[in-house]
Amino acid sequence: MSEKKPAWWLRLITILIYAYIYIPIILLIIFSFNSQKLNVRWEGFTLHWYRVLFQDGEVMHATRNTLVVAFISTIVATVIGTMAALALQRYRFPGYTAAESTLYIPVIIPEVVMGIALLVFFVQVRLTLGLTTIILSHIAFSIPFVTLVVRARLHGFDKSIEEAAMDLGANEITTFLRVTLPTIMPGVLAGAMLAFTLSLDDYVITYFTAGPGSTTLPLRIFSMVRFAVTPEVNALSTLWVLTVFVLLLISQIIQRRQAQ
Amino acid sequence: MRQDPRAQGLTLISPTLFYLGVFMLFPLLLVVALSFMTRGPYGNVVYRINLDNYARLIDPLYLRILLYSLRVAFATTVFTIVIGFPLAYYIARVPVRQRNLLLFLILVPFWTNFIIRIYAWIMILRTEGLLNTLLLNLGIIQVPLDILYSPTAVLIGMVYEFLPFMVLPLYTSLEKIEMAQLEAAADLGAPPWRAFLRITLPLSVPGMIAGSILVFIPAMGMFVVPDLMGGAKTVLVGNLIRNQFLTARDWPFGAAASMLLLTLTLVVTLVYTRRAGFGEELLV
Repeated sequence: MSEKKPAWWLRLITILIYAYIYIPIILLIIFSFNSQKLNVRWEGFTLHWYRVLFQDGEVMHATRNTLVVAFISTIVATVIGTMAALALQRYRFPGYTAAESTLYIPVIIPEVVMGIALLVFFVQVRLTLGLTTIILSHIAFSIPFVTLVVRARLHGFDKSIEEAAMDLGANEITTFLRVTLPTIMPGVLAGAMLAFTLSLDDYVITYFTAGPGSTTLPLRIFSMVRFAVTPEVNALSTLWVLTVFVLLLISQIIQRRQAQ
Repeated sequence: MRQDPRAQGLTLISPTLFYLGVFMLFPLLLVVALSFMTRGPYGNVVYRINLDNYARLIDPLYLRILLYSLRVAFATTVFTIVIGFPLAYYIARVPVRQRNLLLFLILVPFWTNFIIRIYAWIMILRTEGLLNTLLLNLGIIQVPLDILYSPTAVLIGMVYEFLPFMVLPLYTSLEKIEMAQLEAAADLGAPPWRAFLRITLPLSVPGMIAGSILVFIPAMGMFVVPDLMGGAKTVLVGNLIRNQFLTARDWPFGAAASMLLLTLTLVVTLVYTRRAGFGEELLV
């Protein structure tokens, strides 16, 4: 579809929907600078809540945990998931359909079921709940998403350039490193970014697989907002939204460059 | 020199199969087994195989929770379609440059943490919150509205959470519709509303189905939104399962409830996907 001017009323509805999407977030940001604690009405500009945030030992600890989990699980899931994408897109092997369906399991089962399944499993094999169990779980739910994204990018890949490289005497490892990998790199990066975001965002599975001392940011925010509204959470949320905005902007610019 | 491609394929897929086998399939099988066992006196698990947990699920108390979850998940899906359709339709009809900007603007809140998004609504809806303050000051209401900690609040939170899951697949299928088809309809004398009903709407069905699956499944198992916005009154299947595992410590019963939830979501997915072929819409 495209370029026939949409009717004015459709335009109006769209503006209203974007207002609905953005007003809560904009209010969240505005009230992170409010000097009044109850944050009902605007009292005056302050950076006090940001200071409180950076002096909050538990939040800082949770931030460190979140980043450790996200980095490790993203790296492992990206490597394993990319291998699976290459296998599914370019090879036929016994058990192909079964492999493909296995990859869909984490995508279609409700998160709470996956969470309790992992909890039962870790208790059964006597692994102490903590950062390790969180990382192991995050890898599991990230692999399929990496595979989906990388597979989508592999779709138009021309196999003949690899064959050309091999005919010119490159061995398989050189061909992979010098030809295949650079070509699929945008897909791999997109998959890694999705895995990273899923890990940062995850509450449910982390909730079931975390132990004492391994609280992540989503868990920390949850316990902060459960009983009270505090501008410290607004400050934290503002930083989070801005970080996501900048990261997304960068990835869009990179994609646009590549498209040109 | 070159290896057998079948062996290569298997080598590449094996880490994934091993990993998901150990950390996904095996844990799920444990839950299946657990659902046939019994809770011991101290919250431990007794290995006595029976169907008691499933029999307990038929209790009206639990059936009500199940029906309520189905209703909430269904209502969430309907509202995301109602709000998401005009949005996706509009995005699909503007020039490409604007289109990218509009899609980007949908992604930003979507990539932000989902507890933060719920918190934003708590700030707005609570008794001393922004909405009540505004309405009281304008003199529209005299007494603050009790929206937070009600089923309405849960629905507001769920729709806000899941809207992007509906918009993106809907956009994918609407964007593919050829303008020529609509022009042909107009040339043949069809008024715009008929062209919309006979061409645009049917062609958007695959996106709508994909979006419905992406919204319905997580909505069925959701317990965070009811926890934070529903108060003690709203218990969904997700809350029931969580409570059995972490507060009641009746793991076998929680496992049986999980199996029920899993079966329901699989049935819904199968029914939906069988009725209309779709594929790539689910993968955006």
